[in-house]
Amino acid sequence: MEHLVRRRYWWFTFSILVILPGLYMLFLHPLLTTGRFAIGLRPSIDFAGGALWELRFPEIAPENLSTDRIAAAFAAGGFENAQVQLSPTQIDGKAVAAALVRTRPLSESDPNTEIDAVMKALTTEFGNVSRERLESVGPTVSAESTRSAIIAVLGASLIILLYLTWAFRKAPHPVRYGVCAIIAMLHDVLVVLGIAAILGATISLEVDALFLTALLTTLSFSVHDTIVVFDRIRENLLNRHPAETFDDIVNHSLVQTLPRSINAQLTTFFTLTALLLFGGDTIRNFVLMLLIGLISGTYSSIFNAAQLLVVWEHREWRNWFKRGRRDEAAPAV
Amino acid sequence: MQNRNLLSLLLIISATGLALAVNFAPNNIFLGRDVSIRLGLDLQGGIQVLLRSADPDATADEIATAARVIEQRVNALGVGETVVQQAGNNRIIVELPGVANPEQAIETLRGTGRLEFIDSQGQYLAEGTIVRTSSSPNPPQLAESDTVTDVTSLGPIYQSITDGADLDTSAVQPTFSQGGALGSRPAVSFAFRGESAQRLASFTAANVGRPMCIVLDNVVVSCPVINAALTDGSGIIEVSTEADRNRIFNQLKYGALPVPLVIETSRTVTATLGQESVAASITAGIIGLAVVAAFMILFYRGPGVVATVALLIYTIISFAIYRLIPITLTLPGIAGFILSIGLAVDANVLIFARLREEYRRGRDIRSALELGFVESWPAIRDSSVSTLITSIVLFMFGNSFGVSLIKGFALTLGLGIVISLFTAVVVSRTFLRLLLPLFSDERAWWFGVDRRSATPTAQAAS
Repeated sequence: MEHLVRRRYWWFTFSILVILPGLYMLFLHPLLTTGRFAIGLRPSIDFAGGALWELRFPEIAPENLSTDRIAAAFAAGGFENAQVQLSPTQIDGKAVAAALVRTRPLSESDPNTEIDAVMKALTTEFGNVSRERLESVGPTVSAESTRSAIIAVLGASLIILLYLTWAFRKAPHPVRYGVCAIIAMLHDVLVVLGIAAILGATISLEVDALFLTALLTTLSFSVHDTIVVFDRIRENLLNRHPAETFDDIVNHSLVQTLPRSINAQLTTFFTLTALLLFGGDTIRNFVLMLLIGLISGTYSSIFNAAQLLVVWEHREWRNWFKRGRRDEAAPAV
Repeated sequence: MQNRNLLSLLLIISATGLALAVNFAPNNIFLGRDVSIRLGLDLQGGIQVLLRSADPDATADEIATAARVIEQRVNALGVGETVVQQAGNNRIIVELPGVANPEQAIETLRGTGRLEFIDSQGQYLAEGTIVRTSSSPNPPQLAESDTVTDVTSLGPIYQSITDGADLDTSAVQPTFSQGGALGSRPAVSFAFRGESAQRLASFTAANVGRPMCIVLDNVVVSCPVINAALTDGSGIIEVSTEADRNRIFNQLKYGALPVPLVIETSRTVTATLGQESVAASITAGIIGLAVVAAFMILFYRGPGVVATVALLIYTIISFAIYRLIPITLTLPGIAGFILSIGLAVDANVLIFARLREEYRRGRDIRSALELGFVESWPAIRDSSVSTLITSIVLFMFGNSFGVSLIKGFALTLGLGIVISLFTAVVVSRTFLRLLLPLFSDERAWWFGVDRRSATPTAQAAS
């Protein structure tokens, strides 16, 4: 337990190993595959515009349903290039065929005629079809949402940074705490975005308004945990023994807050896992992202934010490039 | 000290009692106030649309008038808990929970309600035909259609006799036509005033025996034969079904919309899906609560039980506040609440961890308890503030374009933080203080503390 601080470069390496694949999927992968700069996330209809249909096919056995058949029915109803995803569900213990279909947005002036045309085409092909959900977002609204989303993320980060600097104004070097907390926060944002990019490419996870909510909540979790750790460091610094080094203090503080960090993490982890398993399909991706953000937030507060304070205290970056790979062996004291 | 504790206990008991009274109020009426739980559209089914003026030059006043007309039409539908709200300069949000055919209802609501009589040149136009009229030559139904490429194929432009102005809405009433070849049929009575009344009177006087078409928002309603001149500008519109009658009545009664509206965004969820979501979140909530309670009790024993009681009080008070304000619960809103259960115990975990630590350092239980609360307060305060900041940002973000999903999450999370400060700090502290007389060194285990396994680091720091 005394080695938490001494092994700081191990913790940083682990973070980088988690973040790198995500960064690749976020930036490099779209560049390599399409040749254009783009962000490797799949925007949902909230941000890209379009319509999302959730359909159930009570008269069709799940294995007889194919994405092509549904797409063909949508084309017949006037919606070319429908993206179909099968999502069989359980109702009263019976498997029911169901699908999620993404199309262009509905007509703004006369949506009902379009809906009727699709439902007619579907009914001809599959018999009774129930439309459980239909969301349509026009292009203006989605563009505005994207703008508000960016403003919200930047605004929240800025306000949190200001608050942190204020909260630690009495500690020596308050800006350090603020900056280290922000780096830890960025770490969590990159972890969540990276995993979202990977899941987007593998299981078609979409970035929607709820995803953004999860991201902002991750920010607040991250800062929440970092504050608890920093608060203890601040307190221990004030009651410092002459013999103690800065590294010792950070290490004590981490060891002292560890039970709390793990326990508080666990209680939230339990509630989120309950939601993930039993909360239903609609919010599953949302809860998954919250869970990843929570784990990342706890990790980064212990293994990044506090460790970065030590790095800063020794100004270790002066040694980083001097003698090749000395990182791992960097002396703690 | 003892008095203060009793006072706190009294406060807790009365707050909890009040919350229970709200939660279990008979018929969900508490002091004359409806305190039933409001479920969002995603949980009870329904439709939410964002309407935008089709005319980009529409003024804010016109939108406000349109919103008012739509609100009156919505109220006439007799559906509970509807929302009609102006959003920004040119948008109106409409929410209709639990409507059988939500898209159709929205079509009726956003119908401009412009009643025209046109000179059909002696033709009988089929019911439902979309026509171009001289006062509205480019109806949105035709203008935006992708299939029409040939402008001339849009059809002839008919001369409007009335253009929708001067309708006396007080004369608009549901009625039945008397006699006639088809017997008694549902109908809507109407009356024009001023110029429109005169034009209608002179046209009908000149064209007795010929058909004249009644057009509502560029759609032909019927083409009756003029039996006699409508000298006072009033008459009735016959339709074939009561549903049609109700639709036309609703669109005419509260006046025409000053601007035509298009549907920019719509979200529909069926009641079936909503009920499945409610069942899923209740299960998730109960399991989450149970697991957290079990964990706290196993790990912190006595204080864990106190934390669980505090958590129950937290849940009771939260729901009472949801009912009182009232807050509309959405699926993400429930997720926010369940998440806040985890955060609510977080403060307790901080306090209890500190209490253990102080006790191990050799303090007596009373000062360890007080120190546990005092020393953990800055961390609890700072972390609560940061979560509160995020909730406020999320709420404003959700407000900016009417994503009620995000607002619901932000609201329950933010409220959860505030309520949990009360339950985790005040409730837990009072209960633990009241339990203190039961403490003795032999019973230390029950209080989740011990002196044996003091860690070297803790000693070094003391």
